[in-house]
Amino acid sequence: MSTTAIDVHAGHHDHPKGVLPWIMRWVTTTNHKDIGTLYLIFALLMFFIGGLMALVIRAELFQPGLQFVQPEFFNSMTTVHAIIMIFGGIMPAFAGFANWMVPMMIGAPDMALPRLNNWSFWLLPFATGLLILTFFMPGGAPAAGWTLYPPLSLQTGAALPFSIFAIHLLGLSSIMASINIIVTIMNLRAPGMSLMKMPMFVWTWLITAYLMLLAMPVLAGAVTMLLTDQFFGTSFFTASGGGDPVMYQHIFWFFGHPEVYIIILPAFGIVSQVIPAFSRKPLFGYAAMVYATASIAFLSLIVWAHHMFTVGMPLAGQLFFMLTTMLIAIPTGVKVFNWTATMWRGSLSFETPMLFALAFLFLFTIGGFSGLMLAIVPADFQYHDSYFVVAHFHYVLVPGALFGAFAGAYYWLPKWTGHMYDERLGKWHFWLSVIFVNLTFFPQHFLGLAGMPRRIPDYAVQFADFNMISSIGAFGFGLAQLVFVWVVIKAVRGGPKAPDNPWEGAEGLEWTVPSPAPHHTFDTPPVIK
Amino acid sequence: MQMNRKVGAFAAALSVLTAFFSSPAWSDWQLNMPQGVTTISREVYGLHMLILGVCVVIGIGVFAAMIYAIVKFRKDTGAQAAKFSHNTMVEVVWTAIPAVILIAMAIPAAETVVRMEDTTESELTIKVTGYQWLWHYDYIDDGVSFFSVLDRDSNAARRLRSGIDPASVDNYLLEVDNRVVVPVDTKVRLLITSADVLHAWWVPEFAVKKDAVPGYINEAWFHATEEGTYRGQCAELCGRDHAYMPIVVEVVSRERFDEWVAENRRPSMTQAD
Repeated sequence: MSTTAIDVHAGHHDHPKGVLPWIMRWVTTTNHKDIGTLYLIFALLMFFIGGLMALVIRAELFQPGLQFVQPEFFNSMTTVHAIIMIFGGIMPAFAGFANWMVPMMIGAPDMALPRLNNWSFWLLPFATGLLILTFFMPGGAPAAGWTLYPPLSLQTGAALPFSIFAIHLLGLSSIMASINIIVTIMNLRAPGMSLMKMPMFVWTWLITAYLMLLAMPVLAGAVTMLLTDQFFGTSFFTASGGGDPVMYQHIFWFFGHPEVYIIILPAFGIVSQVIPAFSRKPLFGYAAMVYATASIAFLSLIVWAHHMFTVGMPLAGQLFFMLTTMLIAIPTGVKVFNWTATMWRGSLSFETPMLFALAFLFLFTIGGFSGLMLAIVPADFQYHDSYFVVAHFHYVLVPGALFGAFAGAYYWLPKWTGHMYDERLGKWHFWLSVIFVNLTFFPQHFLGLAGMPRRIPDYAVQFADFNMISSIGAFGFGLAQLVFVWVVIKAVRGGPKAPDNPWEGAEGLEWTVPSPAPHHTFDTPPVIK
Repeated sequence: MQMNRKVGAFAAALSVLTAFFSSPAWSDWQLNMPQGVTTISREVYGLHMLILGVCVVIGIGVFAAMIYAIVKFRKDTGAQAAKFSHNTMVEVVWTAIPAVILIAMAIPAAETVVRMEDTTESELTIKVTGYQWLWHYDYIDDGVSFFSVLDRDSNAARRLRSGIDPASVDNYLLEVDNRVVVPVDTKVRLLITSADVLHAWWVPEFAVKKDAVPGYINEAWFHATEEGTYRGQCAELCGRDHAYMPIVVEVVSRERFDEWVAENRRPSMTQAD
């Protein structure tokens, strides 16, 4: 037995010599920490590519009139920006966190299915690469919005089958990653770690993985039907052939709404680790937090049509989806109240992870409020497809999900790199981000209420002022993210040595191993009392 | 002295900014949803303000608690962490109170939805068809029908690097060649459909937004109580020129409307009469 163990270790090339062996080490790695690192670097790269697209959008919207790009290219920008940010940025970022942290937090030696893990990552660069290549195809990149609503999406040129294949690959990657995470959490927990003793981050990822498993195949089905409508003579969504364009929207949003929670739940998990650590006090209402997360996930499966109130639904349908949507506010409120109660009578300190977690708490709550407003059907008839919606979902995605990821990155960076990051630079990154994110997205509420539709490259002049402010904010936010890259590079290359547990109040198995975490941890499982 | 210079510099910067943002056609700074001019739009505005008010009140409470915690329980002022980790009573309370608030919100909202969906007893029916990228209107009982396209001035100014300042165009991107004309104080029913891809007919002042779906006929209605010109845009992404298919509705007196119908009735229909 012990010889096998040694052989396994000898098989890993931690410090290979030469370029090709170095590349092959990363291509063939089955180590959860390596794959986690790959996911995180890939996600960061995609954030910048998707971010550049956002800046093209905001540059064009800086002033009324068309200054830089043609409307069709603008539409491609909004479409691909969304797909890249969701499937290339946020989801892989959290998959990276899961890979790195879930095994260490539950005392497992690795993910349960290491080769599958390798494959789930390596599908991603090909999928997003394929998607980006569609810009160079006849007809340009997909421009029908990330929701790919037919019949418009069927007007896409040569890019349609390629982008659908890219979505299939992204979906496959997500499904395999979620299977891996579920199997790992269910089977590889250290002795004594019952489900209700798992760290909150592990809980949120377990629930997220189940949601992914339910939702992603539905998306694959929807886009496959688009494909057969276009190339194999079916009429699923073509009215002239007896099909139904609205059915696509139902199928898409049956995936799309759980997807929203796939994106945000891991951020909830990270914040639930960070706030107790820097409050030096246990998470308030752990059991309630678990139940609230599970309730949100369940409700997310029965609210999808609130994305399409204006499509012409029966009255009963509108009322049902309004009520279920409003219900989500209850468990979400419970989470926010519990985080606040965790800080209550704690002993708070404000290192960068905590700052991002606090910004998450405030700004995600704002996004939650606008979400509640959107649930009110009559008001939604005004908000729908306006900039109000753009403001809403960017509040939950950027200062929500992305700030959650930043909080996690700063929190675990010492564990990953073995060095403390530069706290002063981290604070610069935080303050610049939090100021510019609000400058970018808050005025968009006003634009939407005043009647500006989303997805337009040009607008009536009464919308000029707030658009200009929003664009200035966007460029500031983009530049602020370069500070983050600087912080990460600095921490990777050196800095003060991080102890096993650099945070006074942090608890959990990941802080019992050295920093940086050795290539293999918990070969012998720890015992949880 | 130095103080004065600082104030002076600040005032100068402020005046530059003000001048910049207050070029005549450019500044609106509209913050809120319009109340609108229909019976339903005022209800919708009321609901919007109600739910916004609820959110603001809850927000003040929650944010105040967070800020208090951040200010009061700081390690650097010597705060010691308490040990408590749950309180069932509190959990029950903050689950139950939001539930009550939500039910209270859902009731008026549901009532308005019911009224919005009631298209019966309309006095005028207009069939609206979305095309890439224009609208077609058909006054089914009056024999008037026409296409409505972005007006010529906006169309020239909207081209990439056209050299025309959008601010110099009246109602840039919100003007059409043929306007929809409807009588005031009349329940107007819209039958909305599309000939190609999805569109959505949206006039914020009427609180009407309804998707135009090929193969479907959606219904909507409005009852405008004030004469005037009201503008909107296509609200569902419909391809290249999605931003360039505005909607302009003129609400006029009953007499003016009858004249307009007489002037615009198609010859064939007149003969059929």
